[in-house]
Amino acid sequence: MSNNRSLLNKLRSLKAWLYLLPALIFLGIFMIYPLIDVLIYSFEIGYNSASQTSLGKGLYNYAYVLHDPYFLQAVKNTFIIVIITVPLSTIFALLISLALNSIKKLRDLFQTIFFLPYVTNTLAVGLVFMIMFKRTPYTDGLINLLISFFGGSPVDFITGPYWAKIFVMCFYTIWIVLPFKVLILTAALASVNDVYYKAARIDGTSRFRMFTTITLPMISPMVFYLIITGFIGAFKAYSDEVAIFGTNLNSAGMNTIVGYVYDMLYGDSGGYPSYASSAALILFAIVFTITVINLLISKKTSIN
Amino acid sequence: MTDNTNSYDKIGKNAKISQIVRLSLTYLLLGLWALMVLFPFYWMILTSFKDYGSYNSEFVPKLYTFAPTFQNYINAFTTVSLGRYFINTLIFTVATTFIMMIVIVFAAFAFARLEFKGKNLVFTLFLSLMMIPNELVIITNFVTITDWGLRNSFLGLILPSVTSVFYIYLLKENFEQIPDDLYKAAKVDGTSDLKYLFRVMIPICQPTIVTIIILKVIECWNSYVWPRLITDDSSYFLVSNGIQEIRENGFGRENIPAMMAAVVAISVPLIILFLIFRKKIMAGVARGGTKG
Repeated sequence: MSNNRSLLNKLRSLKAWLYLLPALIFLGIFMIYPLIDVLIYSFEIGYNSASQTSLGKGLYNYAYVLHDPYFLQAVKNTFIIVIITVPLSTIFALLISLALNSIKKLRDLFQTIFFLPYVTNTLAVGLVFMIMFKRTPYTDGLINLLISFFGGSPVDFITGPYWAKIFVMCFYTIWIVLPFKVLILTAALASVNDVYYKAARIDGTSRFRMFTTITLPMISPMVFYLIITGFIGAFKAYSDEVAIFGTNLNSAGMNTIVGYVYDMLYGDSGGYPSYASSAALILFAIVFTITVINLLISKKTSIN
Repeated sequence: MTDNTNSYDKIGKNAKISQIVRLSLTYLLLGLWALMVLFPFYWMILTSFKDYGSYNSEFVPKLYTFAPTFQNYINAFTTVSLGRYFINTLIFTVATTFIMMIVIVFAAFAFARLEFKGKNLVFTLFLSLMMIPNELVIITNFVTITDWGLRNSFLGLILPSVTSVFYIYLLKENFEQIPDDLYKAAKVDGTSDLKYLFRVMIPICQPTIVTIIILKVIECWNSYVWPRLITDDSSYFLVSNGIQEIRENGFGRENIPAMMAAVVAISVPLIILFLIFRKKIMAGVARGGTKG
């Protein structure tokens, strides 16, 4: 009897593993194995993908990447994008969500419109932005005409000065990431219990005070969630850059860390999985550190 | 007495005025941002209907056109193989989503309903995989797929993206909300696990499943990085790679109206999907989407 039971248990266990099998196989091949492999790659010096041999192990790849001017440029660009777009997009999203929450008429319409960039193809719409900002022999482009109209002098945003390129980049990034943040914050704001506001109104609390003492503390977990995911997302910036400046980001001086990883892997400058792995691990280390710092800050704030 | 009512009136009036001002400012802000969001869409549609010659002769681009032409759309589908890219993306999206649904439904079912040794350990391992960024594993996957000789093939495109730890987690949570009694009753009736899964659990969790499908379809339709790494033969390009190809070597760099026609054609399917499933998509993204 007990023998039977243990046999039955084993059969049951086996069946459960069978259900899990497809997921385990795919995760094993395309996630767990690569994780180990990327570490090995990053320490193999002079790895040759044709003969699958290397000259030895060490930190050479990291040293190479950290001294590569293209990588340093990519790090600089990525940090600028992060520092500008994460705070700005969070503040804009908060403003827009507050505005959305305070109206009744047309609210649905506005919400729908604001969400549109989320469901569009980044590369396709990036092309539209490029055309609006670009200066060609035929036309100065829409944005430059606007600038001239207000008395400024036209700038080539796509192939011109560095700050202009950064501006377009950040503008487009914010345009792309706002829908998600607005959606999350609008939901968070709507879930704050009205009782608090009513009580505050009876006490004659000012609007600003209501915002800082009721609204902000109530939605702060969601704000932190957005800041954390925002940092992670911004550090991985790549497609948006390609959408605006084309695939050769190095020559545009607008490469990002992720772009550097892919360039090392593939394309005209590719064929170096070891350098790509080192760069990817450096990126992972940066993102991991910043996420931990963010989590610590959010914990401290929420205890207070 | 009259003085008092007067001042009350005044306070009331002031409050009303300040409310009107606040409300108009709010609508102004929302309207401005709505304009910022919509304008690029308007611009691409407008440009896509402009005649090539007239577009290039406009130093100051016009905000309207009286002579719309469909020639750009015809060009987009004949000069470059936009139709091919569309079919590729469709095949890729349907196949990836379909296979992924099978994989994650079975895995979520095992975690939610079945008892087996090491379940907690495996599940914790699964959860920890959620933290792994795609950029870290894509390098080896690129090498693996290349070694298997699957570059420029649908299998190579599809295989690495048919599992998602996050969706397994989402579905498992949903499956667990179905009362245990239902499962026990079904067992007493002699219903097999598989039958129970398809007849009871999937129908009950249909909203979550639809949400996951929609999110995955959006992700597939817009995917760019992996297809770019794994295909260099343009007969396997997806729309994102197609648009990049069109931009760099397509109609000749300056035929912007035709480019915009391609951009419109690529954007329309998802926008239609969004307008149909608006509520579902927004609720789904709020629960489980990330971007940027």
